[in-house]
Amino acid sequence: MKAKTALPVGQEAIREKGWWKAYRFLILRRASQAVFLSLFLLGPWFGLWLVEGTLAGSRTLGVLPLTDPLVLLQGLVAGHWPELTALTGALIVLVAYALLGGRSYCSWVCPINPVTDAAHWLHDRLDLPKGWQPKRHTRLWLLGAVLATSALTGTIAWELVNPITMLHRGLVFGLGFAWALVALVFLFDLFVSRRGWCGHLCPVGAFYGLVGHKSLLRVTASKRAACDGCMDCFAVCPENHVISPALRGKGAETPLILSPDCTNCGRCIDVCSVDVFAFTHRFDPRIEATPEPSPDAPDEMAA
Amino acid sequence: MSPQRRRFLTDTARMAAGCVLAGSGLAWLARDARALPAEALRPPGALPEKAFLAACIRCGLCVRDCPYDTLSLAELGEDGAATGTPFFTARDVPCEMCDDIPCVAACPTGALDKGLTDIDDARMGTAVLVDQENCLNFLGLRCDVCYRVCPVIDEAITLEVSHNDRSGHHAIFAPTVHADHCTGCGVCEKSCVLPEAAIKVLPTRLARGTPAEHYRKGWEEMEEKGAPLVDGVIDLPDRLPGPGTDNLAAPGGFEPAFKLPEGASQ
Repeated sequence: MKAKTALPVGQEAIREKGWWKAYRFLILRRASQAVFLSLFLLGPWFGLWLVEGTLAGSRTLGVLPLTDPLVLLQGLVAGHWPELTALTGALIVLVAYALLGGRSYCSWVCPINPVTDAAHWLHDRLDLPKGWQPKRHTRLWLLGAVLATSALTGTIAWELVNPITMLHRGLVFGLGFAWALVALVFLFDLFVSRRGWCGHLCPVGAFYGLVGHKSLLRVTASKRAACDGCMDCFAVCPENHVISPALRGKGAETPLILSPDCTNCGRCIDVCSVDVFAFTHRFDPRIEATPEPSPDAPDEMAA
Repeated sequence: MSPQRRRFLTDTARMAAGCVLAGSGLAWLARDARALPAEALRPPGALPEKAFLAACIRCGLCVRDCPYDTLSLAELGEDGAATGTPFFTARDVPCEMCDDIPCVAACPTGALDKGLTDIDDARMGTAVLVDQENCLNFLGLRCDVCYRVCPVIDEAITLEVSHNDRSGHHAIFAPTVHADHCTGCGVCEKSCVLPEAAIKVLPTRLARGTPAEHYRKGWEEMEEKGAPLVDGVIDLPDRLPGPGTDNLAAPGGFEPAFKLPEGASQ
């Protein structure tokens, strides 16, 4: 292990690139989450009705319908054929995320993300063990179970417990005991399973992962030759198994992070002091060779 | 069996078991969610509860478009209705029965049925005068408030006059609900002057019985046809007690206490 690896995550990036560039996407992401939430809150709080409704279904400026496609899909398998408004809204959302990366929803929009991120921050601070780590595809199984339950009970089943819509609806309409569910997710991530909820269990994330399977917006490790093996990107990535194939690819292997699990959060771009990563589109196979590759790099990377 | 195969099978079995467990928990909650409390009324045009829970995405647009702030979304653990679904409590804020039915217009999925175009056809519940013992009109007073405020006055609620046995020389104006016309808006319940309303809107399943299918109301069918239901039936005289019939003055018989009007068939 290099001395650099022992540095706190992101320290080197701050030193090399400055504070803003080392936190850019994190700040933009928080801003985006705040914007998406406040758009819904402007109405009830200040009487500015730009967006009405909730994340499950909304109406923007009185005309644009948006619908959560997973909620609508559950309704469909439960036996209700929705009206055109809801279908149009779901289609718009599906197309948007199919282009932008399904799980961009998770990192840029979802109101539970700050909760689980906070849990992870504290988890890190307290140096807790990573705990129960179910397989990544558990969430796909859960998604299947949710749809099956919807079909068998004839209800939109996940909405009975979905902490995402419950928190969002709670903030816009009134929380009730939904805060308890949110607290549960926080405690689960803190004590039971590191990055457990968003990373392993949430069926909404699983669904959006499927939606963005072939999405256009991708992170590339085009300058992977410059990687000095500090491991900061792995430490900061909520789905760090997506990095290796791109970063450790040899020769002409694609530098694109093509895993549908990638949430396009951009933190790897932030924390890399040598700017290995960048946002691009999926048809951009460029691999930049560094002018003077450090001779010891390949060995270090195997660490 | 190879270790990989064994592992794959164990993992799959585990995952499946976990999902069945999670699914069952969810299904249990879903069953629970169907038990809508009697006070919680759905907005106009709402599909029957079971279908409603498959259709309502809990977006709250109906709540936003209700000009009287009648509707609210059920909060977890507080309101009893399935979390996030719209409902109203008549005694708090009743439905004002807008002509343009904005809540139905706002619904993106059809959980509130666009087929409802005339608000008078809405059936959110059925008003029932649940407590005749405390209803002022039943006590012989002229409160009449529920009757007066009813948006479908003289159709959904009428005042039926009967003799007041207590005073002996007054009338009782009994507020009487006619379910065929009652929309379940709840204005009557809201307006009842008693501390606890004597007239309440209940879900129709609680408010009403259903007629037995095998039971035919002969008098209605006969009126509709304008003639006896069976052709060529010989209408035999009813065997009434009295002179001219064959069952009187027989040993053990009795004389009638009344006289039939002249010309009545015997």
